[in-house]
Amino acid sequence: MNTTSTSGWETVIGLEVHAELATRTKLFSSARNHFGSEPNTNIDPVSLGLPGSLPVLNRKAVELAIRVGLALHCEIRPSVFARKNYFYPDMPKDFQISQYDQPIDLGGWLELPTGKRIGITRAHLEEDTGKNTHVGGSGRIGGAEYSLIDYNRAGVPLLEIVSEPDIRSADEAKAYVEELRSILVAIGASDGKMEEGSLRVDCNVSVRRPGEPFGTRCEIKNVNSLRSLGRAVEYETRRQIDLIEAGEKIRQETRHWDEQAGRTTAGRSKENSEDYRYFPEPDLVPVVPEAAWIEEIRAALPLLPADRRHRLAAAAGLVHTDQPVIVAVQRGLDGLAIDAIDAGADATRVLTHVEHNLAVDGAELLTGAVLAELVGMEMGGALTATQAKTVLAELVEAARAGAQGDPAAIAKAKGFEAMDDSAIDGAIAEVIAASSDEWERFKVGDAKERGKLTGFFVGRIMKATKGKADGKVVTAKLNALADGG
Amino acid sequence: MTATALSLAGAVRSGERSAREVVQASLDAIAARDGEIHAFNTVTAERALAAADRVDARIAAGEDPGPLAGVPVALKDNLCTRGVATTCSSKILDGWDPPYDATVVSRLAGAGAIVVGKTNLDEFAMGSSTENSAFGPTRNPHDLTRVPGGSSGGSAAAVAAGFVPLSLGSDTGGSIRQPAALCGVVGVKPTYGRVSRYGLVAFASSLDQIGPFAATVADAAACYDAIAGWDRLDSTSITDPLERTSAALGRGVTGLRVGVVAEMTDERMGIAPDVLARTRAAADALASAGATVEEVSVPAAIYGLSAYYLIAPAEASSNLARFDGVRFGLRVDAPTTAEMQRATRTAGFGPEVKRRIMLGTYALSAGYYDAYYGKALKVRRLILRDFEAAYERFDVLLSPTSPTTAFELGTKTNDPLTMYLNDVCTIPSNLVGHPALSVPYGTGSDGLPVGVQVMGPALSESLLFQVAAALEGSLA
Repeated sequence: MNTTSTSGWETVIGLEVHAELATRTKLFSSARNHFGSEPNTNIDPVSLGLPGSLPVLNRKAVELAIRVGLALHCEIRPSVFARKNYFYPDMPKDFQISQYDQPIDLGGWLELPTGKRIGITRAHLEEDTGKNTHVGGSGRIGGAEYSLIDYNRAGVPLLEIVSEPDIRSADEAKAYVEELRSILVAIGASDGKMEEGSLRVDCNVSVRRPGEPFGTRCEIKNVNSLRSLGRAVEYETRRQIDLIEAGEKIRQETRHWDEQAGRTTAGRSKENSEDYRYFPEPDLVPVVPEAAWIEEIRAALPLLPADRRHRLAAAAGLVHTDQPVIVAVQRGLDGLAIDAIDAGADATRVLTHVEHNLAVDGAELLTGAVLAELVGMEMGGALTATQAKTVLAELVEAARAGAQGDPAAIAKAKGFEAMDDSAIDGAIAEVIAASSDEWERFKVGDAKERGKLTGFFVGRIMKATKGKADGKVVTAKLNALADGG
Repeated sequence: MTATALSLAGAVRSGERSAREVVQASLDAIAARDGEIHAFNTVTAERALAAADRVDARIAAGEDPGPLAGVPVALKDNLCTRGVATTCSSKILDGWDPPYDATVVSRLAGAGAIVVGKTNLDEFAMGSSTENSAFGPTRNPHDLTRVPGGSSGGSAAAVAAGFVPLSLGSDTGGSIRQPAALCGVVGVKPTYGRVSRYGLVAFASSLDQIGPFAATVADAAACYDAIAGWDRLDSTSITDPLERTSAALGRGVTGLRVGVVAEMTDERMGIAPDVLARTRAAADALASAGATVEEVSVPAAIYGLSAYYLIAPAEASSNLARFDGVRFGLRVDAPTTAEMQRATRTAGFGPEVKRRIMLGTYALSAGYYDAYYGKALKVRRLILRDFEAAYERFDVLLSPTSPTTAFELGTKTNDPLTMYLNDVCTIPSNLVGHPALSVPYGTGSDGLPVGVQVMGPALSESLLFQVAAALEGSLA
């Protein structure tokens, strides 16, 4: 494997993301929906599928499904639950209640930070299963001595969000899941924790020559992190191309991602897939959300990440696909940035700080006014970039302690006073005098040579001025001197 | 025990008799004669007496113990009772004590009634004779060589034998009304959704409904009033306000329009002549009492049986999947999970249950769904349409309940199709979700009870009791 070039091939990916909804109780009963409890403590007759128990739909789960549908630009439709029948010990009733041919959310899209839209086929509500732990043997069911079942997760509400096959690379797949996760978290639909299984991804991969019809797809399960997702897609792409180039056919099947081995292995073949004998769940009535309720939910939706990128881009005079804009929204600091820009700060400088100096806890506690004041001092030459970074760190510390610091006071306390030009000129003259060989080479050097030596001179001058000089100003002065200015 | 539930409750409430005394009399009657009848799977004597003492204590304290104070009741053994075995007359639930009470059980307790035991049934309510029980058949108190009908045969027999004045059954295709007819008692299938199904072990969820058996119409109405009404634990439960049906009993039938269903009074449908004669006598009695009686055709009703035997098994095949040996009841150990499940189900289910699971699985299978289950749902809608048309012209409909009087044990067990035909008149009400009841109306040529069925549109229980009371009165 890993021998063939993937060039000349296109990967086609569609994702099925199962999101556990952040409800207090389960989808069909009042048992608690909580991760990490002692096994079999969040259970009741419904969660265990005891004879005579009946499901009662959780209104909150429906509300969250509608929120997700609206956030993904779906049509919210009357929906019907069905039974998906198959025997498995972690599924208490030996059928799963799921929406089948009439899902609640239909036909939408999600906008990636790159601006590309990925189609959403549908999103539907269903109940989660319990969890098996196989004891003895390899830890998988085959060869195990016995299995323990924890039904805490049985009946936890899931929303299965199905994308169109619009994704074309591992990176795009990761970006899709990341964006979807940000949306789910932003609207309070899910905690989005992949490591706790709150977000689980099944990945359909096929390859084709660009322009040709879709190839045969394989569904990859057990992808438990973004990193695994990327690796699994890349592995599967290569595997399929190798097979086709060796003259073989792709078999439509479910494959299992083995994180340790870094490869996918064949599971059950889709051609021999189980017959789930779906039929409408007679114990539940159709879900027909009133238009007024949907509008109420829509009105209460927060701004979504894509909207926020557009808003910040407009405020900063950039486009929504620019990296600093994407990063600011990812970090949840777009509000801070806009406040600072509105307070008159230089947008580029603000976004530079957000991107490079504010990837820290507590950054979100800063006010735009304080950040604007700092940027103002920097732009006015009162602080160098390095000094501003130090002051900013102090401001975040203060914010975390519950106070908004004063940039000027911090700068003063740190001894950051702007050097006047003559002092900088003096320091430059001293360093040049002490390094005349380098200076000669600098003067006659081409751009590349100068680039190398700039670091040498700026470093020494910064040392001489104890970091008070502004590196950019020094560089400009060195160039001016060398060019006889 | 020949006293009615209402007279017993009156005596207990007034302090004339203690609840303990009433319950003890019921237990004594069971002890004396249930050995030959086998109405009960379980008799909960100690619990019943303790509950009776609590009712007596409430009366002594001047509290209101409820309208059914001290009344002994029997529960079909597919209704969950906290801490008391609930077997569905199946080996597969061996050893299972539910951790909760069915809603109807809590409601009966709230009304002051006292559960004396759990009654026999066809396994998982699948049958029309109570012969499909893992614990042996129940016999008809009127003639021990005869079946009591089914599937709620134990509950019907318990009332007919005078063990209890009230019992509960479940009716999926006639399982209350047919045994009521064969045992000569009143049996009621309420409107679908009127009585909560929470805690009823499901057979066919879209058809199952719990209802009462009683010796009199007034007792049946009082029991219905105690158990009916919205329940948040059943999503199909109806929220409409409840009318006290007991209040409707004396209204008479003057001016009521009664339709006698042509398709159900046709000898070609297998209705025995003596049963037909009693049905016509009932129609005549209503006419004499002031009702307008006419024949009415409900054409699609004849397809009810076929549709039912696709829909009910389909739902059952899914409902009964959970009996897999993993969490409760019987487990037959085997090397792998799948083998354990297969061994458990092979050993735990009886032949009729297996037959229906296979029928239902087939009806839902890919490639067959549209031809079988899908088509059956369409037929169901057609039957509803025809009934609705009939109710534009008639207030209630009349028919026999069962095609024959009680038959001898063993005569139909080897011929499932003939057994299924027992429900030809009762099944349509389940398919359309409408209420229907069976009221005794004399005896057939063999001297055994005949029941007539009164059907009405959704939520017409009061009207049905009103008509049934008139029929009951006409025999007096």
